Amino acid sequence: MSTLAYTVRDSATMLRRNLRRLRRYPSMTLLLVGMPIVFMLLFVYVLGGQLSHGLGSEYVAGHTGRAGYLNYVTPGILLMTVAAAVQGTAIVVAMDMTGGIIDRFRTMAIARSAVLTGHVLASLIQTLLSIGIVLGVAVALGFRPTAGPLEWLAAIGVLTLFSLALIWLATALGLAAKSVETASNTPMFLTLLPFLGSGFVLVASMPTGLRQFAHYQPFTPTTETLRGLLTGTPIGTDAIVTIAWSVGIALASYLWARHLYTRRRST
Amino acid sequence: MTDTRQPVVVVSGVRKSFGETAVLDDVDLEVLEGTIFALLGPNGAGKTTMVRILATLVPPDSGAARVAGHDVVADPDGVRASIGVTGQFSAVDDLLTGKENLQLMADLNHLGRVAGRARVDDLLARFDLVDAASRLVSTYSGGMRRRLDLAMTLIGSPRVIFLDEPTTGLDPRSRRQMWDGIRNLAASGVTILLTTQYLDEADELADRIAVLDHGRIVADGTPDELKRRIPGGHVRLQLSDSPTLRAAAALFDGATLDEERLVLRVPGDGDVASLRHLLEQLDDARIAVEDLSIDSPDLDDVFFAVTGPPSLEEEAA
Repeated sequence: MSTLAYTVRDSATMLRRNLRRLRRYPSMTLLLVGMPIVFMLLFVYVLGGQLSHGLGSEYVAGHTGRAGYLNYVTPGILLMTVAAAVQGTAIVVAMDMTGGIIDRFRTMAIARSAVLTGHVLASLIQTLLSIGIVLGVAVALGFRPTAGPLEWLAAIGVLTLFSLALIWLATALGLAAKSVETASNTPMFLTLLPFLGSGFVLVASMPTGLRQFAHYQPFTPTTETLRGLLTGTPIGTDAIVTIAWSVGIALASYLWARHLYTRRRST
Repeated sequence: MTDTRQPVVVVSGVRKSFGETAVLDDVDLEVLEGTIFALLGPNGAGKTTMVRILATLVPPDSGAARVAGHDVVADPDGVRASIGVTGQFSAVDDLLTGKENLQLMADLNHLGRVAGRARVDDLLARFDLVDAASRLVSTYSGGMRRRLDLAMTLIGSPRVIFLDEPTTGLDPRSRRQMWDGIRNLAASGVTILLTTQYLDEADELADRIAVLDHGRIVADGTPDELKRRIPGGHVRLQLSDSPTLRAAAALFDGATLDEERLVLRVPGDGDVASLRHLLEQLDDARIAVEDLSIDSPDLDDVFFAVTGPPSLEEEAA
């Protein structure tokens, strides 16, 4: 078999291992998917009635009050789901690296990239499932996307790409962490970023400094692109900025993670 | 004596430092095919670092190490394809069952579905894990974890196995089981390098022993060769009173008296011929001995003789 065939085979083996582990340890997944759902319920039912008044008519797609706000907030909640899910990635990567089993993998003649690829693919599946669950809850609460098949496809593409970027980032954070506890804390700032962008309120309503930060951070264009695809708001240049951010974060994090993974050999 | 067996592990002039501390200082080793080699030393002697270098986990600073004909630095994948490693800390997946752990190893060794399954079942049976096969490893006892760990190492039928302190922390029964497992492996032709801080373990298992202390090999040889280096074997005679003790002492050259306890120590390694001779001499002199015992030097004596007494610093640690 060729090197590539072995790489694919070993990565598939590692993917199976990680998916099995996720099934054995469902409390973590449930906890991580529970967080965005709780925020969605809080924001829609507690704050949504009030917040919906500040939104322009283009954002609520003909709905009013809570239903309108649910329409507005769902894309941000979906990205928050991604940010929450990748905390799990950092935790499981750190669990592996601080345990004895990683040394076993390193002393076996297996494809070098298989360990990290297995983690990333398992996390991607977990994250997309989490998105599916949260989206299901949103629809059950009354979220009515206007997207056609093409827009849905594009939305799934955007979510997948953005998930991959944050998963590689969390993988690197998990590798950099000295302990599992550290690894569970470092990616937490990601779940705050939807708040400091257009996830919950219009960026235009923020004070200057914050507005500038919100404008330039990656969650904002991604939220806008997703919102546009799902509810028909204007997208403009946000799509290309979103892709650039995602590819950039994924690439930089991948290189960082690979560096951390190989560097560990000499310590 | 000529040995036609080929060296499978060859270490020459290996040095390794972490920061300012030299962990390995010009180490040479040779392990012949199908033998058990014990690297014996106290904590911090550099045993684990030696194993990590041979297992391709860390590169040496200088010197060379070859395993099964492959250089650990130039061809780590060649080395990895020939070795199995069981570290000090169990390298098992707690969230999988015993069987799933073994299946994972079978898949990573590219054994194929049918052959892999057969190998997993075989190893479960050999390591007495059949009943626990479908339980999560997190519920296993220490001894079971070690057995699973070793079974996982064996999945790919490695030619060379490195065992880093394989019985540290095990209860006596699990320790015996592990020893039997290691002996069976060696009998099947596998070459084994193990590290241990237990002298009895090295004595029990190894064909050759190297004593590592502060990163240097301070002694090596077969267990018997090492023991022979240490004078100090003696026959201990318990006598009934002081005059008898003196009378007995006059019979033997170099005997030492313990007046207080009425004990006479006669140098000698206590083999049957010299023992018979000693008893005959006592009989001829009509000296009755109350009790007789043979103290042969064990590896503890060897160990302290070659490494020196522990320093205060080490005793505090």
